[in-house]
Amino acid sequence: MAHEKHEKVDAVTGVATTGHSWDDIEELNNPLPRWWLWTFYLCIVWAIAYCIAYPAWPLVSSYTKGALGWHSRDAVEVELAALKDQRSGMTAKLAASSLEEIKQDPEMFAFARAQGKAAFGDNCAPCHGAGGGGAKGYPNLNDDDWLWGGSLEQVHHTIQFGVRSTNDQGHSGTMPAFGRDGMLKREEISQVADYVRSLSGLPTEKGVDLAAGAKVFADNCAACHGDKGQGMLELGAPNLSDQIWLFGSDKATIVEGLMIGRGSVMPAWHGRLDDTTIKALTLYVHSLGGDQNR
Amino acid sequence: MSFWSRHKIFETNSIILVIGVLFVISIGGLVEIVPLFYLKSTIEKAEGVRPYTPLELAGRNIYVREGCYNCHSQMIRPLRDEVERYGHYSLAAESIYDRPFQWGSKRTGPDLARVGNKYSDEWHRDHLNDPRAVVPGSIMPSYPWLEKTELDMSSVAEDMKIQAMLGVPYTEEMLKLAESDVRIQANADDPNAVDLAKRYPNAQSRTFDGNPQKITEADALIAYLQMLGTQVDFKLYDNKANVR
Repeated sequence: MAHEKHEKVDAVTGVATTGHSWDDIEELNNPLPRWWLWTFYLCIVWAIAYCIAYPAWPLVSSYTKGALGWHSRDAVEVELAALKDQRSGMTAKLAASSLEEIKQDPEMFAFARAQGKAAFGDNCAPCHGAGGGGAKGYPNLNDDDWLWGGSLEQVHHTIQFGVRSTNDQGHSGTMPAFGRDGMLKREEISQVADYVRSLSGLPTEKGVDLAAGAKVFADNCAACHGDKGQGMLELGAPNLSDQIWLFGSDKATIVEGLMIGRGSVMPAWHGRLDDTTIKALTLYVHSLGGDQNR
Repeated sequence: MSFWSRHKIFETNSIILVIGVLFVISIGGLVEIVPLFYLKSTIEKAEGVRPYTPLELAGRNIYVREGCYNCHSQMIRPLRDEVERYGHYSLAAESIYDRPFQWGSKRTGPDLARVGNKYSDEWHRDHLNDPRAVVPGSIMPSYPWLEKTELDMSSVAEDMKIQAMLGVPYTEEMLKLAESDVRIQANADDPNAVDLAKRYPNAQSRTFDGNPQKITEADALIAYLQMLGTQVDFKLYDNKANVR
């Protein structure tokens, strides 16, 4: 910042110099554009105002709280409260109504399904698929085959407490590892796998002893899966006589299940999601393929 | 010579210029960083936060090794949409034993600060093996070697010792039992799981990778993931108590 007037003009460019000279190289006086300069000053004013309005400066044992008293944690509480308030009318109605009542009321049902769909995308889709289509080992929710029951109450219970979860009220019951734990021999496993395939009319390997497989089934499997392989809801034992397969219907997959056992876990959502959200989820899931006929 | 003319001293002497620049920058750094070490409002204590178990720590090292942080942050910001999607916003205290911390806002993948207990171990296994097997549109790479590679336990105790030097309250007993604690936690029904839970409250022990025969890197990583964000009980948490 040169404060004296310099009248010297650079011969080549015709621009006045600032008078600064290093090794005879002289600095041309090309001032900043006015708009730029004023924007710069404005930013400084803005920064000072910001420091006054918002938390800014650390002090010895505290910090400047700012004239507006803004705090990020309070701000999110306010936002969440506003959201809760916005939903409160419907949320209160959902909370006060039974699942059946919600289902019968078109307005409540539409709201619950919309809320349920959003919650499903955030929490359930990673396992059950974005549209509830499931994946290998993760049940399809669109069909009418329900491992733990497809009524509103049953779906509600499953979502709340999970399956083989850490919650005491969750469903339990596992398929033992018949092969790994030495309960069945390899040959018996092969026989019973073919017999299981025959239950739903799938072709079996040539020359296999189905009668032996049937005996193994009656002795080991029927207690949970039923004498005709029709499954048992209380234990979550799948129906083996239909065309719906959780892990797959090929013999290798069935043998694998018999060897290492099956016991998929669904987490308990009670406590993680609030009760109304779980209700909404129940109605949404039920609307996909609720109530069973098997 | 006016005050403004003195800048010539800096402009004609590079060492003095460098010292001057360092001095000015360090003022900014000191004002921003030093108060964080003593201001009460920035040092929040949260009930329930404990040091990682040896298995979780090994899992965390795998998490860092595989570069999970390149896509996944562990920081739920106090913003409405994040709290709605992921749960309670993260507390600084929840990362108190994180070296290095895993904060960030780059979300190529979802935030993992509260992923613990959200999905089943089996899902994590399937998902690490081949993300597309469970999430068809996923762009996450596959990590199929984790469940095939046995966990190298030899450095766990050493790692804990270094963490202890940095201030993580690992006791002599914890350091001594590090390797056996790994085995206890990765076992479905080890009788010593009760002792482990005494040393590390609420530690979950089971066969995380579904294979009881060996302890793999998948065991460690899933144990770590299933613990994330579960230590603080937010039913008991008072967000005003620590705002000072």
